[in-house]
Amino acid sequence: MCLAIPMKIKKINGDFAEVETGGLVRTVNVQMVGGLKKGDYLIIHAGFAIEKVDPRRAKETLSLWHEIRR
Amino acid sequence: MKYVDEFRNKNLVQALARSIRAITPARHLRFMEVCGTHTQNFFRFGLRSLLPESIELVAGPGCPVCVSPQKYIDVAIRIAGAADTMIVTFGDMMRVPGANSTLELVRSRGALVKVAYSPSDAVAAAKSHPGKRVIFLAVGFETTAPTIALALIQAKKEKLKNLFFFTSLKRIVPAMLHLANDRKSFIDGFLCPGHVSAIIGADDYKVIVAKYGIGCCVAGFEPVDMLQGLYALVKQAVLEKPKIDNQYSRIVRPAGNRKAREIINRVFTVTAAQWRGLGSIPDSGLKLKKEFIQFDAGTALGLDKARCAPPAASSLQCKCAQVLKGILRPPQCPIFGRKCSPENPIGPCMVSTEGACNAYYRYQGK
Repeated sequence: MCLAIPMKIKKINGDFAEVETGGLVRTVNVQMVGGLKKGDYLIIHAGFAIEKVDPRRAKETLSLWHEIRR
Repeated sequence: MKYVDEFRNKNLVQALARSIRAITPARHLRFMEVCGTHTQNFFRFGLRSLLPESIELVAGPGCPVCVSPQKYIDVAIRIAGAADTMIVTFGDMMRVPGANSTLELVRSRGALVKVAYSPSDAVAAAKSHPGKRVIFLAVGFETTAPTIALALIQAKKEKLKNLFFFTSLKRIVPAMLHLANDRKSFIDGFLCPGHVSAIIGADDYKVIVAKYGIGCCVAGFEPVDMLQGLYALVKQAVLEKPKIDNQYSRIVRPAGNRKAREIINRVFTVTAAQWRGLGSIPDSGLKLKKEFIQFDAGTALGLDKARCAPPAASSLQCKCAQVLKGILRPPQCPIFGRKCSPENPIGPCMVSTEGACNAYYRYQGK
């Protein structure tokens, strides 16, 4: 049930958005997540967006470990 | 960045595995993957073989189909056979064995059972089948609860009279507290479920740290996420400083998704719930509020009072209950891989792709 692959917003239409990953396009309900714009990445669960990806936090998470690797 | 490949980077994964090995003490450490998808992904990405032997990963109760009580399944199967009734359910539910049958089997004999991807599909089914009584099997944790709540709000707005929700919704933190309190399932740290946490927030686990001194780390589902999560738990154990780490901060905020929680609270109220294996746990479930009670299959259709046949003899040998508590590893069950396999499952943990037995079987876990 926990599909982990974030999907990218192509179009927003009220409570719904068209999202895409690897060529797969779906229309999902985005009522639960505010402040969305085209290009944002969403986590989808049972046809609903449950949260959007914070790009700054994603970078932080990765960079922390790239440093340790060195 | 698409947030997938970066978190599957081979060099980073190997560096993380080395870091974990470098800090892991010789003593035995037992961590619980609370979420079934974590269990699956540790196998799927081959991460278990990278870990030191002293780290033991045990599967937890985070598989909604697995923790639904036997009676729930039996009632769903029974009602599926009733006249003018359509059952709408998530796919995992289809093959869960009841006392004498499964939803898949009753469907093959003519019952109307429809597999849905989303709770919205149940609303659509009720609208397109006005002559049928449509019953949605509403199982899941906090990730699924708001999606079901929104379907209920929609059903009320559209004044649907033929749609009912048979609920068995669960809250994860009370179940974790229950396990933390059980001395038999001693746990050094919880790897907390990423997407439940997206809703409830990382701060919700504070009570586990405060009350039982067990460390928590919220983690995502990619290899880098899960290894970072484990690293954090090992570090906490070594320093003997249990706390909440949030590895999945790109998705999980400290207070979670406020909108989603408001939607849950608009429709549901907290109640005690029955879990397979764990019994009744206070505050671990969600039931419909009075304003939505006309949609409650439990009360409106009397399903809560339904009686069921005793379980079949084969299911009595199933050790799913102990597996869900982390007391037994699936291969320790006497029927694992013999009488019970994904092709012919005896218990729900072998059916669901989030079930621990299913994961161990498919990936030949020992």
